[in-house]
Amino acid sequence: MAHDLQAATRRQALAIGTAAFVAAVLAPHLVMAKPADVEAEMAKLFSGRNAAEGRIKLDLPAIAENGLVVPLAVDVESPMTDADFVRAVHVFADGNPLPGVVSFFFTPACGKAAASTRMRLAQTQNIIAVAEMSDGKLFTARQEVKVTIGGCGG
Amino acid sequence: MSTMTTRPTPRVRLPSSAKAGELIEIKSLISHEMESGQRRDAGGQPIPRRIINSFRATFNGKEVFRAAWHPAISANPYQSFFVKAAESGEFEFTWTDDDGTVYSSKNKITVG
Repeated sequence: MAHDLQAATRRQALAIGTAAFVAAVLAPHLVMAKPADVEAEMAKLFSGRNAAEGRIKLDLPAIAENGLVVPLAVDVESPMTDADFVRAVHVFADGNPLPGVVSFFFTPACGKAAASTRMRLAQTQNIIAVAEMSDGKLFTARQEVKVTIGGCGG
Repeated sequence: MSTMTTRPTPRVRLPSSAKAGELIEIKSLISHEMESGQRRDAGGQPIPRRIINSFRATFNGKEVFRAAWHPAISANPYQSFFVKAAESGEFEFTWTDDDGTVYSSKNKITVG
């Protein structure tokens, strides 16, 4: 009994210690602005042009344990010739303090409209990608990423 | 916390030779804190933003790929992309810091 109580107290102490540690280490990251307005940002960038679903493959983890380093990869279907190529892919996050994550700018010399990087996600949220084709057409894809420990997005 | 102790070091990995028409993947990494501008220090003061906002790759002087990075890009930013090998020559990779500093790296490739 006494042993159990001691163990329980130890567990409690450990839990409190862990919480304090988490607060101390992560507190600076948790000072966040309001979530980003992706719609407004997209309206500004694409001036009301509509994006169709498809042609973009987003490669993201369904669950990110560490929001500070979340892998992001995009791959857009395109012949990547001078006449028909992907000009850019813009990536947005709707739960970070700022909506923009990255913009990739491709040329026909790439041969393949694919790129990857690593991003910070403040919390569970949607990642939205918009591809701009050389003929001006837009394509979009979105995926939710569940974040266990939020990183300070920007 | 907000001051950089060492000068950012770029690292780029790509094959030194390729066949004409071959698709090669280029992987790059640079050491940098990528201070998002969203954090506060222990005294509650906002830590000013300082990130690398642009990555650019040219081949024989012509731009092949570029990325605009926002503060959401992780510290020690990683970037990979593809290039279709067409001819022998030299890649130049440049990273532009918010403070205007440009870091660069050059790699030659033989295409046959």
